[in-house]
Amino acid sequence: MNKNTKGSALANYSQLLVPLIAILLLVIFNLFRDPSFFSVGITTNNNGDPVLQGNLISILNGASELVILSMGMTLVTAASGGQDISVGALAAIAGSVFVKVLKSQGGAISPVLVVGAFLLCCAVAMAFGAFNGALVSVFNIQPMIATLILFTCGRSIAYWINGGATPTISSPIISAIGSFVPGMPVPTPILIVILMGIFFALLFRFTTLGLYIQTVGINQGAARLNGINAVGIKLLSFILLGACCSVAGMIGVSRLGLINHETLLINIEMDAILAVAIGGNSLGGGKFRMLGSVLGAYAIQALTITLYAMKVPSTDVKAYKAVVIVLLVVMGSPKVKETVERLRKRAGGKRPAGAGKEAA
Amino acid sequence: MKKIIAVALVLVMCLSLIPAAFAADDLIKVGVVNNPPSESGYREANVNDFISVFTEENGYDASFFYSIKNDEQLSAARQFITDGVDYLLISAAETTGWDAVLKDAQEAGIGVFLFDRMIDCDPELFEAAVVSDMAQEGDTAVAWLLSLELPEYNVIHIQGAMGSDAQLGRTGALDEQFEAGTMTKVVQQTATWDEAEAKKIVESVINSKEPFNVIYAENDGMAKGAVAALDEAGITHGVDGDVVVMGFDCNKWALRELLAGNWNYDGQCSPFQAQVISDMIQTLEAGGEIEGLNEAKQIISVEKGFDARELTEEDIATYGLGE
Repeated sequence: MNKNTKGSALANYSQLLVPLIAILLLVIFNLFRDPSFFSVGITTNNNGDPVLQGNLISILNGASELVILSMGMTLVTAASGGQDISVGALAAIAGSVFVKVLKSQGGAISPVLVVGAFLLCCAVAMAFGAFNGALVSVFNIQPMIATLILFTCGRSIAYWINGGATPTISSPIISAIGSFVPGMPVPTPILIVILMGIFFALLFRFTTLGLYIQTVGINQGAARLNGINAVGIKLLSFILLGACCSVAGMIGVSRLGLINHETLLINIEMDAILAVAIGGNSLGGGKFRMLGSVLGAYAIQALTITLYAMKVPSTDVKAYKAVVIVLLVVMGSPKVKETVERLRKRAGGKRPAGAGKEAA
Repeated sequence: MKKIIAVALVLVMCLSLIPAAFAADDLIKVGVVNNPPSESGYREANVNDFISVFTEENGYDASFFYSIKNDEQLSAARQFITDGVDYLLISAAETTGWDAVLKDAQEAGIGVFLFDRMIDCDPELFEAAVVSDMAQEGDTAVAWLLSLELPEYNVIHIQGAMGSDAQLGRTGALDEQFEAGTMTKVVQQTATWDEAEAKKIVESVINSKEPFNVIYAENDGMAKGAVAALDEAGITHGVDGDVVVMGFDCNKWALRELLAGNWNYDGQCSPFQAQVISDMIQTLEAGGEIEGLNEAKQIISVEKGFDARELTEEDIATYGLGE
């Protein structure tokens, strides 16, 4: 009994090992390549405000949308045992709604309007999330197939909302959301990620949602027999992911004050799924650790920034990325884990006999 | 009973032909096969250009078909031939597979014009092609950059999606300068048209503390991303700034950045081909011959490039894309 709990605690901990090792390797590699890689300094931006600057800040800041999406993706993966591939398209829809509302008052952008725009884009994204969720939970369609619909047509819907390519908005409030609040040297997207993290931490701390999601993911029938509304839980996980999409879309739009329905968070669905996988979460659903996905997302962003800093030729970037990802995924695979576990046990067995006796 | 129905049907058919016959008398029937306007800002401007030129007031009865798929475009072209259009205007989704349709058109005596994109086929099969020379766009931009006579050129080059026509055309001229040693490549990286990615690339250069004084972004969105990185790092840019900013496409909002002096240059691949084609059709209708074609029967559109110091509000209204 004692041994079992020890083992599962270790397993729990080892889940974070892969993303942590990935980040650590990237850190060591970069420190060897360029010792000043992680130096963070303070400069004055063109608005005259002091701001933090450096590769570390670029990584934390640039990963914001991916981190937020991978939080939601973790929930969907855990509850439904499948992935939502429409998150990029849904973020583009949310961003378009955000811009549409902001442009509705003929250019005058007030704080109230921004809040209203966010609430509306959040509601729209949650509705689309509910649509995806309903297909998955009520109609029992494979999540990847169900979300393929929105993946295919989402960016066209985003185009219809505003019409025309790349509508722009400009306002101090928007740049405060997308880059810096005057007087605050930390980029706002990083702060938003922290807020989202606190939100989910509180949600799991004070509700049983986390447990319910795991239960539904592990065995839907058993969950239902125990009085858990499996359909509702799955639906809720998709709605929460929808909310994450709206936040990511809002940040993406606010960074530059521009929405390009074709390129906003393009291909991010694959990175979000990858973050969940690198984070050691089973893509087949069940137990999950959101922190793992978050670390996975930062590892992916750190990799991208490293490749930029190394000036890898544009034609080769994807190949380099693929090599690293293959290594990470293999490192986290059950087969390797098993082997490592076996080697560890064997090494442990050869250690002082006294320790073995004690355990026995 | 059957006879009566047959006679009635024939009568109906004859009647339905009358308006068509009338229409054919005074209006030139034109079928336009194009890519959908949602494809890009460029395409939207292109589509609107054709709609505004081929109007009834200008003497045309025009039908439009949009698809990004070659096979759908092919069947639409066949339908236009069956409908008996006088001229067929095509911007093909793919360069191959058009031979049979173009031959049908030729046999039916329909004049074919290609615009924006070439088709791999015998030049005998079409009257003329109005196309852009993508390389010319890059040449124009790089020539402008050289004309600034900066003491040194340390260039951050942000590329579009690798292998696309626009990327190849806009990259070529700059690559020549890098090879010749007249300009120094600080970084050359693709952001695949993604604005946010362009910002990250420029950030990584700023963080490496390498000096640079030119940003050559292959579209407006990526230039905007690059400028956002400069703004956050407190680096001045534009007409009186430390860094020269160059973009492409000439969106209206981008030209306004030029007018405000935040950027230095914006190049354009001209989406305006309708008037040139309309002029050629009028020449043919008047019994004349089309002049000014090269061996491949092409007319190369003249590409624009705007310098922030010379740009006017009027230019923005005339040449700017989008709102």
